[in-house]
Amino acid sequence: MTTKTQNFCRNEYNLTGLCNRSSCPLANSQYATVREEKGRCYLYMKTIERAAFPRRLWERVLLSKNYEKALEEIDENLIYWPRFIRHKCKQRFTKITQYLIRIRKLTLKRQRKLVPLRRKIERRENRREEKALVAAQLDNAIEKELLERLKQDTYGDIYNFPIHAFDKALQQQDAESESESDAEREEEDDDDEDVDKREFVEAEDSELSDFEDMDKLETSSEEEQEEEEEVEKKASHSKSKGKTPLKGPARRKRPYIEIEYEEETEPSTKTKAA
Amino acid sequence: MAGQGSGAVPGDGAGPPAPERVLFPPTFSVSEIKNKQRRHFMFLRWKQQQRKEKLALKKKRRKEREALGDKAPPKAVPKTIENQRVYDETTVDPNDEEVAFDEATDEFAPYFNRQTVPKILITTSDRPRGRTVRFCEQLATVIPNSHVYYRRGLALKRIIPQCIARDFTDLIVINEDRKIPNGLVLSHLPDGPTAHFRMSSVRLRKEIKRKGKEPTEHVPEVILNNFTTRLGHSIGRMFAALFPHDPQFIGRQVATFHNQRDYIFFRFHRYIFKSEKKVGIQELGPRFTLKLRSLQKGTFDSKYGEYEWIHKRREMDTSRRRFHL
Repeated sequence: MTTKTQNFCRNEYNLTGLCNRSSCPLANSQYATVREEKGRCYLYMKTIERAAFPRRLWERVLLSKNYEKALEEIDENLIYWPRFIRHKCKQRFTKITQYLIRIRKLTLKRQRKLVPLRRKIERRENRREEKALVAAQLDNAIEKELLERLKQDTYGDIYNFPIHAFDKALQQQDAESESESDAEREEEDDDDEDVDKREFVEAEDSELSDFEDMDKLETSSEEEQEEEEEVEKKASHSKSKGKTPLKGPARRKRPYIEIEYEEETEPSTKTKAA
Repeated sequence: MAGQGSGAVPGDGAGPPAPERVLFPPTFSVSEIKNKQRRHFMFLRWKQQQRKEKLALKKKRRKEREALGDKAPPKAVPKTIENQRVYDETTVDPNDEEVAFDEATDEFAPYFNRQTVPKILITTSDRPRGRTVRFCEQLATVIPNSHVYYRRGLALKRIIPQCIARDFTDLIVINEDRKIPNGLVLSHLPDGPTAHFRMSSVRLRKEIKRKGKEPTEHVPEVILNNFTTRLGHSIGRMFAALFPHDPQFIGRQVATFHNQRDYIFFRFHRYIFKSEKKVGIQELGPRFTLKLRSLQKGTFDSKYGEYEWIHKRREMDTSRRRFHL
């Protein structure tokens, strides 16, 4: 077999591997090689006497595992043989032992297992990956997730976006105030009823005292005012139900009303005390 | 025959705009014209016609919808692969008690109970090339509390006990082939599951367009999307166990693992809330996609490991609508 620079010999008994007159096992009637089988090295020899018997042509000698002893054995067996063959045999034996050592070392280490890729499958997976990427819409998904986390307050107080929270809080408060107002309206109705009842009672009593007359007058005026104010309030509330911004000022009216009520009761108590 | 071949144009189009196989008068389908130029022309003409008809149909349908107003039937939802997905019986129900119990007692329980802090070792296969090395470094910046060590021929089986001794919680091995990283082995260390992924489309930081500055040292948040089945759940927990439990919101960084059709996309972004309904994200950090190949119960052991799940192509890839994660 020829390459650009060298001729190689394909004969398996060749000593050097090159195709020369001196290293061809066919061209030389006296020849020797070292070959290894299953980790053991053998010395193969060929002599003229056995040239007629191809079956017995190559004589095989097992070499010792010990490196130096094996070299001695080669020397023993190839005594009186040409220097070239002896030298090359020993060289070959050396190389063989070295690579055997390396094989044994490598088998102890981890070995890389090669897994063949299947082209069709690789292509299919790449295509599917691209389509999955398109379907995933990663940016949108991430943004959505982040906004949800913001809504659910996982970030706590770091981000001050009061608008949303404020609106919610306002609406909640307004809802509460509506319910409160309803409750209070009912209470005031009750109060009115009570007051009315009281009126009746006081009317009976007023015949007894002037103060109580005055009280009655005052209370009645109060009640009228209250009623008017309540009516106003109710009107404003009904108006404000349509529109949220009115609720603020409408709500603020109520405490004032209550204060007025309390103020007016004070003089009555004072007069009573007096 | 005379009408067909000779005159340049008026073969097919002159006939009424009718379905292809019109019988009377007999016209010839576009594919039967031998001359390539003419055939191409006729085909284009036919295509234009089809498009016009489609547009007209759309308009008509829209007008009908508007005419009906409120009584219009609801819009049909288009079928997608996610819609048509074959129902997987191992889909996790959020209220499932058994799943909750399992999760409370599996290998990640100490992490989720905040008993352990994740410490991660990133390494590669033998003799990594430049790209892999840089990828490892960038990954180390993304995942807090991680260390990169190069492996010079050390056996994995021997480093694992050493890692456990030094208190590492996770091990990541990036496998390289032909100078690009193509595999990832993620192993939870004190006797935890090992997942083997096929990694593809790895983009380093400099290859990402419109990227921001380097990721800082803050602990990022984690987003896990679409991990629905039991298997997906366990993988999701594996990913979550890589990051420390308490994200630092000052850093405004988020790492996303998004599962779509069995492909897990990893992205690393920095976000900023422009208002409470708008958020802007900017990608920094590497990106890659993973596909699960196998999940092993114990730590990495190729010969004697007990495999919880392996991807078997012939059995599992039979249907286009069936996914496992």
